[in-house]
Amino acid sequence: MDFNPGLRAESARSISRRWFFRECGVGLASIALTSLLARAGDLAAPGRTLAPRRPHFAPKAKRVIFLFMGGAPSHIDLFDAKPELTKRNGQLPPESLLAGYRSAFIKPDATLLGPKFGFSRYGQCGMELSELLPHLGKVADDVCFIRSMQTDAINHAPGQLLMNTGSMQFGRPSLGAWSLYGLGSETENLPGFVVLSSAKGSSAGSANWGCGFMPAAYAGVPFRATGDPVLYLSNPPGIDAEAQRDSLDSLRRLNEMTLAVTGDPATQARIEGYEMAYRLQASAPELMETSREPESVRSMYGDVSKPGFARNCLLARRLAERGVRFVQLFHEAWDQHGNLQNGLKRNCADTDQPAAALIADLKQRGMLDDTLVVWGGEFGRTPMAQGTDNGRDHHNRAFTMWLAGGGVKRGFIYGQTDEIGFSVVENPVHVHDLHATILHLLGFDHERLTFRSQGRDFRLTDVAGRVVGDLLV
Amino acid sequence: MFYDRRKRGVQSAHSPRARRACRAGAMSLFGMVSAWAAEGKGPDYIRDIRPVLADNCFQCHGQDEGSRKANLRLDERDSALKGGKTGEPAIVPHHPEKSALIERITSTDEEEIMPPVSRKHALAPAQIELLRAWVGAGAEYGEHWAFRSPRRLAPPGRGNPIDAFVRARLVREGLKPAPAASADQLCRRLHLDLTGLPPTLAELDRFNTAYRRDPEGAVNQAVDALLASPHYGEKWARHWLDAARYADSDGYEKDLPRQQWAWRDWVISAINRDLPYDEFVIEQLAGDQLPGATEAQRIATGFLRNGMINEEGAVVNEQFRIEGVQDRIDTLGKSVLGLTLQCAQCHSHKFDPIKHTEYYGLFAALNNTYERTDPVYSPEQKALIARLETQVAMLEQQLKSAEPDWPRQVETWAAEQRRAAIPWTVMSPKDFGWVDGSAHPDLLPDGSVISLGYRVPNGELFITGEPALQQVTGLRLETLTHPDLALGGPGRNHLGTFAITELVVEVREPGAKAWRKLELCHATADFADVERPLEARFRDPAKEKDREKTGGDKRRQGPVAFLADGSDETAWTADRGPALRHTDLQAVVQFAEPVTLPEGTQLRATVKAGHGGPDIRGLDANFPGRIRVALTQVPSPVADLLPADARTALARKPAERSAAENAALFAAWRACQPRFAGFSAEIQRVRDGWPLPHTTVLDLTARRPREQRVTRLLERGAWDHPGPVVEPHVPAFLHPLRPEFDTLPDRLALAKWLTDPASPTTARVAVNRTWQAVFGDGLVETPDDFGVRAPLPAHPELLDWLAVDFMEGGWSQKRLLRTILTSQTYRQSSAVSARELAIDPQNHLLARGPRFRADAEVVRDIALSVSGLLNTRIGGPSVFAPIPASAFAESYAEVDFWKIAEGAERYVRSLYVFRRRTMTDPVLASLDAPTGEVSCVRRDRSNTPLAALGALNETVFSEAARALALRTLREGGRDDRERIAFAWRLCTARLPRKAEIAELERLLAVQRERLRGGWLGAREIATGSSTVVPEVPAGTTPVDAAAWTIVARVLLNLDETITKG
Repeated sequence: MDFNPGLRAESARSISRRWFFRECGVGLASIALTSLLARAGDLAAPGRTLAPRRPHFAPKAKRVIFLFMGGAPSHIDLFDAKPELTKRNGQLPPESLLAGYRSAFIKPDATLLGPKFGFSRYGQCGMELSELLPHLGKVADDVCFIRSMQTDAINHAPGQLLMNTGSMQFGRPSLGAWSLYGLGSETENLPGFVVLSSAKGSSAGSANWGCGFMPAAYAGVPFRATGDPVLYLSNPPGIDAEAQRDSLDSLRRLNEMTLAVTGDPATQARIEGYEMAYRLQASAPELMETSREPESVRSMYGDVSKPGFARNCLLARRLAERGVRFVQLFHEAWDQHGNLQNGLKRNCADTDQPAAALIADLKQRGMLDDTLVVWGGEFGRTPMAQGTDNGRDHHNRAFTMWLAGGGVKRGFIYGQTDEIGFSVVENPVHVHDLHATILHLLGFDHERLTFRSQGRDFRLTDVAGRVVGDLLV
Repeated sequence: MFYDRRKRGVQSAHSPRARRACRAGAMSLFGMVSAWAAEGKGPDYIRDIRPVLADNCFQCHGQDEGSRKANLRLDERDSALKGGKTGEPAIVPHHPEKSALIERITSTDEEEIMPPVSRKHALAPAQIELLRAWVGAGAEYGEHWAFRSPRRLAPPGRGNPIDAFVRARLVREGLKPAPAASADQLCRRLHLDLTGLPPTLAELDRFNTAYRRDPEGAVNQAVDALLASPHYGEKWARHWLDAARYADSDGYEKDLPRQQWAWRDWVISAINRDLPYDEFVIEQLAGDQLPGATEAQRIATGFLRNGMINEEGAVVNEQFRIEGVQDRIDTLGKSVLGLTLQCAQCHSHKFDPIKHTEYYGLFAALNNTYERTDPVYSPEQKALIARLETQVAMLEQQLKSAEPDWPRQVETWAAEQRRAAIPWTVMSPKDFGWVDGSAHPDLLPDGSVISLGYRVPNGELFITGEPALQQVTGLRLETLTHPDLALGGPGRNHLGTFAITELVVEVREPGAKAWRKLELCHATADFADVERPLEARFRDPAKEKDREKTGGDKRRQGPVAFLADGSDETAWTADRGPALRHTDLQAVVQFAEPVTLPEGTQLRATVKAGHGGPDIRGLDANFPGRIRVALTQVPSPVADLLPADARTALARKPAERSAAENAALFAAWRACQPRFAGFSAEIQRVRDGWPLPHTTVLDLTARRPREQRVTRLLERGAWDHPGPVVEPHVPAFLHPLRPEFDTLPDRLALAKWLTDPASPTTARVAVNRTWQAVFGDGLVETPDDFGVRAPLPAHPELLDWLAVDFMEGGWSQKRLLRTILTSQTYRQSSAVSARELAIDPQNHLLARGPRFRADAEVVRDIALSVSGLLNTRIGGPSVFAPIPASAFAESYAEVDFWKIAEGAERYVRSLYVFRRRTMTDPVLASLDAPTGEVSCVRRDRSNTPLAALGALNETVFSEAARALALRTLREGGRDDRERIAFAWRLCTARLPRKAEIAELERLLAVQRERLRGGWLGAREIATGSSTVVPEVPAGTTPVDAAAWTIVARVLLNLDETITKG
């Protein structure tokens, strides 16, 4: 007998229907039918909430590392070289583009602003990248660039929610939660979905990695850069490991006595919860010990001795190695309304080497093939200047993201924007399409991965999304 | 085309596993169908057929016209019989072989088969047979149970009707009810259910004694006593706060703290005084529209205001206002109607009969509100204000007695004032905004510009227009109040006042490129403020750091001359003081020379707001919230010296003035008379004593007739895709709006309609939610969805009986709870055998008592209560829990307001723990407390390691363990065995069994050994610090305290401690 809520819920559904059919003189065999009718789309795999599950078809990626660049990086200064924009610096954008256009701050009289940095071509693929991204350049042939991303939002919190939960409204499960719901976790020592933050907090806050209407076990667990890696991981002052083990042994035995009397499966689940907490007390600090990595690996990432994006990238790899399904890094630093030049320099100095190192490190361990790395923010930035000539506003009509590993083409460039980086002119990829593609790589048909809440079968991709087949190997 | 969602339909599909199961199900269908045939009836539409159609067909053949294919509806019998655009009937009753429906679902042609292959919905053979059998039996449709008003059925037996209904079902199932719970268990259960706090040992003893004598009497008495406890309101308020998405912060990226606890306290009070549920709902929806609305009824409308507020820079206020109204409808749907209204925000509901337009009919009823922030005064403050008002009235009375012919004097003076009034022409703004676009203001019909959304710390707000006058001599800048501004405005700083650094006026003649700045002179205002340094709150800390050396922040504020003195250091402020500050104000500047404005000349007035603090979150913004510009051609114009209320009064004939207007006029008159200067100074002195409100509340009122909004249907729910105009109306499939409500304001009519006894869902939803709180699951499993896709209830007759009894019993929750808690069903033991568990894992049949982990707040309150730390203060501001510093890294905006509660304040009930939406309290969140971002009427009950870590290690839980240890040593008896019994009983309400005692004795012994041996630090464990010597009760040692702390920590984490069983 497996005591767990998922199974209980499942058997309860069929059993509560049993009375119904018995009373109504209907044979038992139709129960399954009714249960099907009522719970269409529930993956309904028997077993623990977090037990590993098989997706719809063989996955290319077993895990995801999402490097979320909060604040929205400027595609124009980093990825999408636009010589024409340099030429038209100071001119007004074509009026035709501005019909029905909304940015956040700037007015229609804002003039175009040429890219702030030089571009060079990298790798066999010849991807043009800003001079601020030399490290990414070195791994360009392992990366799949999407230069034609589009989103619906122009403000940060709704934009981040759309990118991370598929909806601009609060209350929906995050991409990580969907992944965990679909695939379960492959570790019993660590949470299946871990969140690491650097720079500042993100605009949409914990809703970016929440579970929405799904069970709490699917929510991302933040690992902290300072203090306990997981909140309340440390015992109260004076309680050493032995006292803790003694206490938990007593607690377990007492709870087992309760279980014997009450027979409540939730008690069994609670016993397991406390045991996993104990395991986490050992595994989380071990995970954080980046000093155990050889110097050759540490130096790949940059300075991992202090909290920050570099250390988080290394931690992401360690988490992936330990079976964590979904790791999401939040680096909220890219909102360059002003200070564009220095802000980008600093951000790239902080993130370029570690992100590239993550790809190289995964590759040298043979993990890149089944690990999908995603890099990007909530939207792009305007080709027009905000303020005088050192800032850009929010822009949702075109931006760049990149993917690596996990079943996507390598050294591939997809999509194209117009000559000033304003609109997508070829192969648009909406956020929903990106989500559909990520789910596809994880082995899911995004239209069939559903969760019922309030009588409705919700999808990550709402009523949209298409798998971008061109990106796949 | 940017993106077309309409081209893509909602799809869902079945798992392969379910499909296999479905095929298995088909095998016995033959038997099923022949059984129906024998009975002469087919499958039941509601139970068997509609779920199939809903899952597979209604997407394209349901009520949503937008996505309907082939003009065919299958959700209505008439339409199905008529057929779609082919003209062929989809269903021919009794003739499956002639029915296109059956033909299409059984087709082998990939082009023909339904659902289409692209839908990825294959009908299972069993489903096909079900449909065939149904058509064969006549294809009768039926009405969804929850959309029919509940009927009171006679209970099938005597005694408590709950027991009668439940027992009747158990008999049919061949099940027996569980034996009664022990008195201990029952006592604890009652306490946790009614007050959310465990019983004290004295209460346990009393109950046990009474129960032995007379179980019925004891239960009745306990229920009555607990219902009368003020803690009852705290426990049950929490359930409603979930539904009402209550939180103490605004949400979105800034997630600034808000004051909303006055509303929370209103809920506690309403529940404690058992405000009938219909009134409870009406007051929260439209308390302000009730005749003679009280302050409390106005505060109640805070329910609608609990949603989030986005003050991200550059947001379009209207977008988030509309999303806010949609959130209100979602909340009403989940909490009151039990319907998933949200679906109809974008299109007609796919399953439930709610149309897209009907959604906006509800929207229209909620759309015409002001989003107010109102002051709330404490009772002491109210008394003070009453005293001060009396003093002012007495002083004015003295003056009136001394000047018996004052009415004549006032009128003479008023006539003079009217004659002297300067004609002003309001300039209609052609363009307006913040120069850097950091916020987007809105234009109001009277030509004023209101700045909502982001509170710009420092910036420049401009209005450009084409003046109608040919020549102008001066400009009037009004700073106006508005109900959408906090406290009414006119400013947007914390007090509702403002500072204007400089007013710049420029013109641009037709053809000219550059703006020409006009020279301003002689500024006047209707209120003279005194010159002083800028209020400390707004000063720049960076400049203030070396105040001694540099003189600090040099900005000053005060007289209206500062408005146009060319200096960015000085600002005009006009604060009439706490009693009168929320009033319209005006300043007038003269142009050095009259300005000629050839036709087409543009004039731009720029208000520089440079006297705010540097806080980018906007907490120290200091600018006017609503401004208006007017021009005149009268030579040497000056500001009207009268306050705004007197100006309004002046415009009316004496006979038409209200008492308040007469008073305002009198006050203005007396203030203008030099001979009354003494009186006026005296009155001002009284008014200076006015208190600042001890808190504020977000609430709402109806918009003025001239500011009514027109509601439009929104395509795909998007604020910027307005469709046709929609008038307020209610969904047709529910009960009609009573004609007598027609004369009521829309929002009040909606509230009355929602709580009409004819409403099929309102009472059911309310009793179901109460039931859920007691039993863990509702009679309907989905408290937020009573629609066609909701699982059928296990006890439909009981639900209806309770709903009708609830309404007929005056919508009294206390009465409802009394009925539930005195039933034998409730009083059963919760122990379950493996066999019973297999039959009814979720206890829907109710053959045993409830058992589930208590809600987050209850778990924490149990620890506080048994340890003796609990502070039982009721209501008041929320307190900041001791959260580790690292948790604040999650926050986008700085969190400098988190002043961790110390001492007794830290130990108030968990209901009062500050809830910040984007940074949820880690302990409460780990135990499934909702974030408050959306309405939540059903909490998950998870078992994560994070919850375990919180209850083991979090600061307050650790402090509770130490306190419980000391309490046990102090009160628990002479030896460990007695103490174990004492502490165990505190935590679980029962005495420990032998094995349990042995386990704890062993734990104590081992820990004492290690403590004595120096392996563990007694001080550290017992006090949290190795340098603090624990104060232990006489006859005990620090080692005892430490060993007991370890034991207490185990006790607080026992399954039984945190479970209501």
